[in-house]
Amino acid sequence: MSDFTPPQGLPSKGKPSRLVRLWTRLRTINMGRSAVITIPSLWLGIFFFIPFLVVFKISLSESAIAIPPYTAMFAWNPEDAYLTIKASFSNYLFLFQNDFYLDAYLSSIRIAAVSTFFTLIIGFPIAYMIARSKPTMRTLLLSLVILPFWTSFLLRVYAWIALLKKNGVINEFLMSSGLIDHPLIMLQTNFSVYLGIVYTYLPFMILPLYTTLEKMDITLLEASEDLGAKPYQTFFLVTLPLAVPGIVAGCLLVFIPAVGEFVIPSLLGGSNTLMIGRVLWDEFFLNRDWPMASAVAIVMLVLLVGPIMFMRSRSKREEV
Amino acid sequence: MSTSSILAQPKTIAVSSWREEGAKPFVQINQLTKNFGEFSAVNSVSLDIYKNELFCLLGGSGSGKSTLLRMLAGFEKPTSGQILIDGVDMANIQPWERPVNMMFQSYALFPHLTVEANVAFGLRREGLKSSDVKKRVVDMLDMVQMGHLAKRKPHMLSGGQRQRVALARSLVKRPKLLLLDEPLGALDKKLREETQFELINIQDELGVTFVVVTHDQEEAMTLATRIGVMDQGIIAQIAEPHQMYEYPNSRFVAEFIGNVNLFEGTVMGDERDSVTIHCPDSNSMIQANHGISCAPNQTVYVAIRPEKIRISREKPGTDINTSYGVISEVAYMGSQSIFKVRLTSGKEIRVTQPNFARDMGDRLTWEEAVYLSWDADSSVVLIS
Repeated sequence: MSDFTPPQGLPSKGKPSRLVRLWTRLRTINMGRSAVITIPSLWLGIFFFIPFLVVFKISLSESAIAIPPYTAMFAWNPEDAYLTIKASFSNYLFLFQNDFYLDAYLSSIRIAAVSTFFTLIIGFPIAYMIARSKPTMRTLLLSLVILPFWTSFLLRVYAWIALLKKNGVINEFLMSSGLIDHPLIMLQTNFSVYLGIVYTYLPFMILPLYTTLEKMDITLLEASEDLGAKPYQTFFLVTLPLAVPGIVAGCLLVFIPAVGEFVIPSLLGGSNTLMIGRVLWDEFFLNRDWPMASAVAIVMLVLLVGPIMFMRSRSKREEV
Repeated sequence: MSTSSILAQPKTIAVSSWREEGAKPFVQINQLTKNFGEFSAVNSVSLDIYKNELFCLLGGSGSGKSTLLRMLAGFEKPTSGQILIDGVDMANIQPWERPVNMMFQSYALFPHLTVEANVAFGLRREGLKSSDVKKRVVDMLDMVQMGHLAKRKPHMLSGGQRQRVALARSLVKRPKLLLLDEPLGALDKKLREETQFELINIQDELGVTFVVVTHDQEEAMTLATRIGVMDQGIIAQIAEPHQMYEYPNSRFVAEFIGNVNLFEGTVMGDERDSVTIHCPDSNSMIQANHGISCAPNQTVYVAIRPEKIRISREKPGTDINTSYGVISEVAYMGSQSIFKVRLTSGKEIRVTQPNFARDMGDRLTWEEAVYLSWDADSSVVLIS
C-alpha cells in the first residue's frame, strides 16, 4: 500500500493519522466478507444489545406514576449546566435481600433442570431409534417429531388442560376402567408443569441428539463389541461419549427457554409453582414496576449466560 | 502393475499344515450361506483355515468376501451353515465373546480416546489389573513403533500411524484369529508395500492366524500363505499364490489374478500327457501338457501368461504353439516391455519381455511383423 494517497480533506502528516489507517484497512477488507459479518452484527446490535442496554437503564431507575412509569436517569439543568445522572441500585438490593426472588430463581432453575433431565432421558432413545432406522423411515419419523410445531404452542398447552383436569380425559378413563376411585389431582401441580415443559421442548432435545447420533460411525460400535465390550458397556463407553456435543446442545436448547418459561407455569402450574417468568410478568403487568421487572430480567440473563459459557468452554476442551 | 511382484515367492513357513494329510483345521466353515432378501451374498461356502495361516479372501466388490469376514467376527448371522473356530461352534456366540479380533477397513479408532486408551480398551474389558494392561499396551505400541505417540488422539495421526494403532488394538488381546478387512487399502503404494512385509513378520512372530480380505490381487499374492478367490458369493478357487497364478482352475481366476491371454478352441487330440487344441484365433495348433480330462470336440480355453510367450522376428523352428501378427502397441516399463500383438484373426495378444540388457540394440517397434511362440508346458487348459 505504498502508492496509497489519502482521500482529500483528510489530515496528512508525517505519520498516517488514525483515520487514514482505518481507511486503508477498510479498503483491504474483502467487501463480501465484511458484509457477511456486518449483517448479523447489526442484527444482534439492534435487536439484542440496544434493548439490553435500555432494559439495564430502566433497572437502574425507580418506579413512578408517570408515562413511562419510571424516573428519568439523566436530568439536565440548563440554568447551571449540570447533568445529573441518577442510577439507583435499590432494585438489585431489594432483589437480593428478598427471599421471594431468590426462591423464584432457584425454583425456576430446579424446574428447568429436572425437565431438561427428563427430556434427555426420553429424547435420547427416540433420537437413537430414528438415527438407526432405515433412511426411508427417518424422514417420516423426523417429520413426526416436528409435526407438533404445526399447531400453536398455546393451543397444545391448553389441550393438556383438557387431558389433565379433574374431569379430564385421563381421569375419566382411569375412573371408568376402575383403576382409581377418586380423580387424580394432576393439573395445577408441579407435575403438570414438568409434563408441559418436557412435552413442549422434547423436539429441541431430539433434533440435536439425532444429528450427532446419525453421523456416528456404526463400525465404532462394532469395534467396541469386537474388543469384548457388552452392549451396555459399548453404550456407556462409546455411544454416550460420542453423543456429548448433541447432549450439550439439546440440554442448552431446553434448559435456557425453560428457565424463563411463563406460559406453561401460568396455564398448567398452581399457585405454589414459583417461576421467574411469572414473577417477571407480575412485576410488569400487575405491579407496573418496570424498574424492578427489568432488574429481575437482567439477573436472569446473567444467570443463564453463566451455564452457556461453562458448557461452551467444556465442549471446547472436549475437542482438543 | 508389475508382473515381478506378482511372481514374488510366497512366504514359506516351516510347517505348511494345509498340505498335511489329516491336519485339523483351526477354522472350519461348512456350507455357510448368507442371504440379504433375495440376494445371496455368500452362497454355501465351505473353507478350512489352518493354524498360523495367513489366508487371503480375494474378490471384487460384491463378491461376498466382506460378508464372510463379518460372519466370522459375529456381526452378521449366517442364514445357514456353520462356523467352527478351534472346534467351537460360533452359532450362539456373540461378537464380544468370540476369540476373534478384527482390524476394520476404516480402522474404527475411537475418536474420543487417546492411542493408549484405544489399545487398552479391549484389555480393560477383560478385567485385567491396570498395571498389566499398561504393560501390554506399552509393549504392543512399541512393537508397532507407536510408543512415542501414545498420548495423541486419532485425528492427530497420519493414515499410516492410524493403521498401526488399529493393528495394535486388534492384536493386543492376543486373539486366536485376527480378521483384517482391507488392512492396507487406505495407504499409499510405498507405505503399503512396507507394511505388507511388516504384517507378515508380525504374523510370524505372534503365531496368530490371519484372515485378510482384499480386492488387491498383488496384496494377496505378497501376503498370503493361501488365497481363496471369491466370485458372486462362492469360492472360485483355493490355492497357494504361485499355484493360483500358474494353475488357475477357471477363466475367472486366470483373468482375476494377473494378465492372461485366452484362446477358445476345440479339442482335436487327447493323449496321455498332452492335448492338441485347434484355436481359430491362433495360426497354429496349440499343444498343452497337462492332465485335465476332456473329450474330443469339447470346447476348451487355453490360458497363456504374457511373460511365457517369446516374441521374435525370425520364424520359430516348430509349427506347434506358434502364431504371428503385427505389433500394435509397445510400452516400455523399465524392468520389462509390454507388447500387444494383433494376430491375423484380429485377436490381440499381450506379451511381456524382460529388458535383459541396457541397450538391446534393434528394438521391436510398432507395426513390425513378429512371431510368437511358447512351450507346451506354459499353457493351461481350462474347461470353465
